Amino acid sequence: MIIQTKNVDFFYGAFRALTDVTLDFKKNRVTALIGPSGCGKSTLLRLLNRMNDLIDGTRVEGEILFEGQNIYAPNADPVEIRQRIGMVFQKPNPFPKSIFNNITYAPKLAGIRDRGEIEALVEESLKRAVLWDEVKDILTKSAMTLSGGQQQRLCIARALAMKPDVILMDEPTSALDPISTAKIEELIDTLKKHYTIIIVTHNMQQAARISEYTGFFYMGKLIEFNVTEKIFTNPDAKQTEDYITGRFG
Amino acid sequence: MNGQPTHSLMKWRYIKQGVFFGVVRFAALIITLALLGIIVFLLAHGWRAITWDFLTLSPMDSMTKGGIMPAIVGTFYLTVGAIIVALPLGVVSAIYLTEYAKQGLFIRIIRVGVNCLAGVPSVVFGLFGLGFFVVFLKFGSSILAGALTLGFLILPTIIGAAEEALKAVPQTFREASLALGVSKWRTISRIVLPSALPGILTGAILGVGRAAGETAPIMFTAAAFFTSVLPRSVFDEVMALPYHIYVLATAGTHIEQTRPLQYGTALVLIALVLGVDLVAIVLRSMVRRKKRW
Ligand SMILES: Nc1ncnc2c1ncn2[C@@H]1O[C@H](COP(=O)(O)OP(=O)(O)OP(=O)(O)O)[C@@H](O)[C@H]1O
Ligand SMILES: [Mg+2]
Repeated sequence: MIIQTKNVDFFYGAFRALTDVTLDFKKNRVTALIGPSGCGKSTLLRLLNRMNDLIDGTRVEGEILFEGQNIYAPNADPVEIRQRIGMVFQKPNPFPKSIFNNITYAPKLAGIRDRGEIEALVEESLKRAVLWDEVKDILTKSAMTLSGGQQQRLCIARALAMKPDVILMDEPTSALDPISTAKIEELIDTLKKHYTIIIVTHNMQQAARISEYTGFFYMGKLIEFNVTEKIFTNPDAKQTEDYITGRFG
Repeated sequence: MNGQPTHSLMKWRYIKQGVFFGVVRFAALIITLALLGIIVFLLAHGWRAITWDFLTLSPMDSMTKGGIMPAIVGTFYLTVGAIIVALPLGVVSAIYLTEYAKQGLFIRIIRVGVNCLAGVPSVVFGLFGLGFFVVFLKFGSSILAGALTLGFLILPTIIGAAEEALKAVPQTFREASLALGVSKWRTISRIVLPSALPGILTGAILGVGRAAGETAPIMFTAAAFFTSVLPRSVFDEVMALPYHIYVLATAGTHIEQTRPLQYGTALVLIALVLGVDLVAIVLRSMVRRKKRW
């Protein structure tokens, strides 16, 4: 168990986006969050690394534990939490910098100075993100010149360079073509040896293919959470079944 | 009343569109013509006055002869001083307003305040500078007092431009940086500010143009009627181009005789301001080309 949410409620102003979500994320496993649009998947994901802090007027109730520590405790440092829980966004969002500097940006600020160490880190991160072979000769070129799929893998490499324990992914392939999508799915499969991955997806086949656990959300509530196979073959809740068979959503 | 507009209705639409474009084009033309008119007028009357001596000598013979070098130098100091005062203050204020402050009543009041400041007549700034910097803080009539006064005058321009520039930086950049465990302040200084630089430069350009051209704010705070020596410290008075024009055109005893000098001085002032604008525009487009998103 690496992350646990306990009776989490979340509010955007007066609007309640999550109700009583209790859920355990297992270490070095891929957990998929699915559900119809607006059910609160992204909201929950962004709660896990305190990205919702950026939005004025929001409120969390309940507890979210990361390795047993409540990340919403008054003395918890969001900066430290985000260093250990990385995030990949729906739209690839590299910085308008070179490929090299995209990766070194955060580690340098975190205190890594040694040139050799930095270069090794760039190579290792890009290799883990299966991008190294494509970009090793153009590291100084702007990241903006890469294709969408390459940019997304660069964003994954950028997150890996901080050596996080957990990687949150919010529909990381929804802006990509099928080939890039397949590459990212393969990548997730290799990453799970070292990282805990929590992924939001609208694509049922994707959730079934890549995840070990799946949580189904509806209207801000966790309807069902179980091993992926069970969710997709023999769900307990009628709503889950309706959703995965495409009857609504 | 359904579907297809009739033929005459479409025609009417074309006419309306044509009229609208015509009006807009006409307005743009008038502005361009006005600018061109001013420049041509100044060139016609002033180009004879522009000589090497005019640019490098001090005024002589109760300012009927000689050059305007002290005024060029003075305007340069005052303008640079104003930017040194206003740019950091303006950028920091803009960062506070856009990145830190919770949007609410307090912020709205500050914004209204900034906008009001922008609408205050420049002579009022001059009086404020006289009362506060010259008299109260005992700076005397000096570069320091003038630069501070001009700095406050252009502050709203710079805050406004910097705010716009900061708001134009995609939110995704901030999120990407914060999600990597980079602190908010570093996210702003390493990612947001560099991306906003072109827009902030635009604000600085506008500020320079305004600061260089204003007469009223420096009249009581910095400008000397006449000095032949260059300033040696920020506590010295200086001549300044706009004030020099004002003096030659209204207060001298040889107003008609110095007409060419007046036009020449105005020409130099305009050339300086346009020159600064040009440099900044080139700079900005260079920065922009480097940062595409
Ligand atoms: N910044 C916000 N302010 C107010 N309400 C918000 C905000 N962000 C999301 N919401 C609301 O919270 C609810 C959950 O949104 P969320 O983005 O978590 O849904 P989602 O499950 O990720 O949907 P999608 O599949 O479309 O991405 C929605 O009703 C949405 O309108
Ligand atoms: Mg979402």
